[in-house]
Amino acid sequence: MRYELSVNGESVHVEAAADTPLLWVLRDELGLTGTKFGCGMGLCGACTVHVAGHPVRTCITPVNAVLGKRITTVEGIGHDRVGHAVQTAWLALGVPQCGYCQAGQIMSAAALLRHSTHPTDADIDSAMAGNICRCGTYPRIRAAIHQAAQQLRGAA
Amino acid sequence: MSARNPGGQRPITRRTVLQGAAALGGFVLCLRESGGIVLASQPPLYGAAAFPGGVVENPLVFVAIHPDDTVTVTVHRPEMGQGIRTSLALVVADELEADWPRVQVTQAPADESRYGSEDTDGSRSMRHFFEPMRRVGAAARMMLESAAAAHWRVPVSEVAAERQQVVHRGTGRRLSYGQLADQAMRQSVPEPSQVRLKDPAQFRYIGKSNTRLIDGADIVAGRAAYGIDTRLDGMLYAVVARPAVLGGKLVRYDAQAALAVPGVLRVVQIPSHSLPAQYYPLGGIAVLARNTWAAIKGREALKLQWDDGPNRSYDSRQFEKVLEQAVRNPAKVIRNQGDAQTILEKSGKRIEAEYYLPSLAHASMEPPAATARISNGHCEVWAPVQAPQATRDLVTELLGMKESDVTVHVTLLGGGFGRKSMPDFAGEAALLSKAMQGAPVRVMWTREDDIQCDYYQAAALEHLEAALGPDGMPLAWLHRSAAATENATFTAGAEGEDETEYGQGMSNIPFRIPNIRLEIPSVPAYARIGWFRSVYNIAHGFAVQSFVDEVAHAAGRDPRAYQLELIGPPRRIDPRSLADTWNYGESPTLHPLDTGRLRGVIERATSEAGWGRRMPRGHGLGLAATYSFMSYAAAVIEVRVGANGELTIPRVDLAFDCGPQVNPDRVRAQLEGACIMGLTLAMHGEITFKAGRVQQSNFNDYAVMRMSEAPREIRLHLQPAGFDVPLGGVGEPGLPPIAPALCNAIFAATGRRIRRLPIGSTLSRQTS
Ligand code: FES
Ligand code: FES
Repeated sequence: MRYELSVNGESVHVEAAADTPLLWVLRDELGLTGTKFGCGMGLCGACTVHVAGHPVRTCITPVNAVLGKRITTVEGIGHDRVGHAVQTAWLALGVPQCGYCQAGQIMSAAALLRHSTHPTDADIDSAMAGNICRCGTYPRIRAAIHQAAQQLRGAA
Repeated sequence: MSARNPGGQRPITRRTVLQGAAALGGFVLCLRESGGIVLASQPPLYGAAAFPGGVVENPLVFVAIHPDDTVTVTVHRPEMGQGIRTSLALVVADELEADWPRVQVTQAPADESRYGSEDTDGSRSMRHFFEPMRRVGAAARMMLESAAAAHWRVPVSEVAAERQQVVHRGTGRRLSYGQLADQAMRQSVPEPSQVRLKDPAQFRYIGKSNTRLIDGADIVAGRAAYGIDTRLDGMLYAVVARPAVLGGKLVRYDAQAALAVPGVLRVVQIPSHSLPAQYYPLGGIAVLARNTWAAIKGREALKLQWDDGPNRSYDSRQFEKVLEQAVRNPAKVIRNQGDAQTILEKSGKRIEAEYYLPSLAHASMEPPAATARISNGHCEVWAPVQAPQATRDLVTELLGMKESDVTVHVTLLGGGFGRKSMPDFAGEAALLSKAMQGAPVRVMWTREDDIQCDYYQAAALEHLEAALGPDGMPLAWLHRSAAATENATFTAGAEGEDETEYGQGMSNIPFRIPNIRLEIPSVPAYARIGWFRSVYNIAHGFAVQSFVDEVAHAAGRDPRAYQLELIGPPRRIDPRSLADTWNYGESPTLHPLDTGRLRGVIERATSEAGWGRRMPRGHGLGLAATYSFMSYAAAVIEVRVGANGELTIPRVDLAFDCGPQVNPDRVRAQLEGACIMGLTLAMHGEITFKAGRVQQSNFNDYAVMRMSEAPREIRLHLQPAGFDVPLGGVGEPGLPPIAPALCNAIFAATGRRIRRLPIGSTLSRQTS
């Protein structure tokens, strides 16, 4: 099947079977390899992107479920004020170790901060519960979310 | 398996190399600074020199200075999250007087004859290459100075490099590195004895935390390229159905339905190598498709019939019985002082305990993945591998090519933890490309593949006994450690831990106990065994440090004071006197076991954590301290156990002494990570086998700690040290004290002793 998708503000055409998870369309067809595969079952969050502003696990989201919706991946999140603040905080605090999970972490964090300007630790726990980091960067992720929130409040 | 292998049978591993170094003591090839080859017959080599690749210190290999005033540093150690691309580059940059923002990094391909040892495990990269990379940077700086002096026609003693420029002291004239680039690279390389290193007081980057992560910006923007991200024109996507049981073979298959899946192009059988598994692909059937999804669906549609082979009845519950038998009977004695047996038999106060650690899978977030392409008789591989040269050797052998016709590009690793020291997956990609007439093929493992076809941390049962004297201190200590050896992966029939394995915190305990007996039973392996971050230190650290806590309580003593008394006064112990002839491959004189430093981390962690403070109900503090990879670590963990057994970890204090810290921020990151990985395995980590098959499959049944469970506070306390102290390891040694500190804290909070990992739901099942 041929589909038209809106990815990072651009309209793109792809050829894919209807049940193909969005993850593989992004990675294999569009070459957007920033979105990662970690489990294929919605368990780890490595594949998180935003669909209409909400965090979505692309490994379990068929491509035909996102037609006509705005898709933002890690490659595009830096154009967004919140996404940029998250990336800046991530760099300032040296969050990444191997970095493999970080696209998913950044997308989940950006989704949280879009709706919550003062996230508590409990808010962070629940927003980030679906994202695994095997390298154990959780303490810095938490600190970086607080720092990005603070920066966004200051800039608002 | 390869000409590089002195043993002739198994591939280069950290074991063979280090044993080889100690045992062979024969001819060793050393690449010296000039790039020339020195043939030396000498006594045992230690450190990097003991590795086949040795050390290369030629600045022309590692440094390029460009006319646009940028500097490229080649990093030869793979990056798996430890930050080595940043840390080695900053060492070179510092001695080079380069400006960090102008430094870029390229990754060396697999070529140990050019770059020196690239085999990245054992927490060795900085330990082994700090000094060589300093000399590389310093030599390049001297070449810039010579070029400037020649340009100005002044003696070189009148010029000095400073922040990306060379300055003539008398006149204040300056030339930028960019202006000197061409001339500098043509200067002769200084003789090693002539290389002048900086005074550590002048360091700009070493020991500071002012150097941005070299890959940070790419990572947060989704541009960093891991093994799973390689994309080549015309590339095919492959997934492989592998035998579920080690040693299993495909009997017959029907691929009709698989080939009918749109996008599937072909299926290819990969031969199963006979056991031992070594680094060879496991074999099976590969489905090659136009995209990943088609390959996955195609694999699901395969009809496969397997002969499960010799390990078909392996059952890990049954195997626990084997381990129990093993540790409850006399076994090979590896250290014996005094007469522990007699004293234990006669003792009025005898404590005995057994500790179990199950098998573990690495579960790096990036599963194994590799890409290969063959054209004009040349094979190129892109792979996230910790052992680039072993990867190149494997591909060379599997394809029957010459080494010079195989190039292995090392991508970023999305986590390694030891898994990616084994290049079997890169071998699959090479074989599949060959089967497709050289077309580019990328193999990707799914999470299920990764968890079910790993090289596992060996399950271990540790049996300890102590007889206490009238003062409550142990008079006798018996420890039997039963686990399969990693050697079994390389040598058929190898059984029980060898000296490189029991030397990880079992034989080399520095306790002042008059009678000590340590035994190693023979235990077979039924699965692929491989290195897992901190390796046998996990089981040994858990058992020894839990047992010290138990014995302290039995003696009615405070565990901290008791442990300090057990260790005794500060002294430097020759590891050979502790039956440790291995010493992580390091010189016993350069790296003795320093009980003063071990005491130091215990004292620091406990004082920072407020050891002895009054705890609220349900809270407890636990202490554990370990020495591994030439570094000392002590953890104090605070737990809270709720009425229904809910476990939370408000705080961890981890004191760490690795000697001087080259990149303190990355040392901290590694310790944070080691702490969380240690907690993950303590709370959740368990791989079980039934009918030879792994019963777990994904993060639903092989859980990894999530943010909500992670400690709110991890407080790190790095012991200061000058650069005259030899470096210790960083990536692994933070892990071993974590599980025992956690379990000791649970005991303090609840009176329940955990002797079996993972904790899982133990605490909620039966509250005492
Ligand atoms: S890959 Fe999608 S949640 Fe893990
Ligand atoms: S940084 Fe490696 S998995 Fe998160």
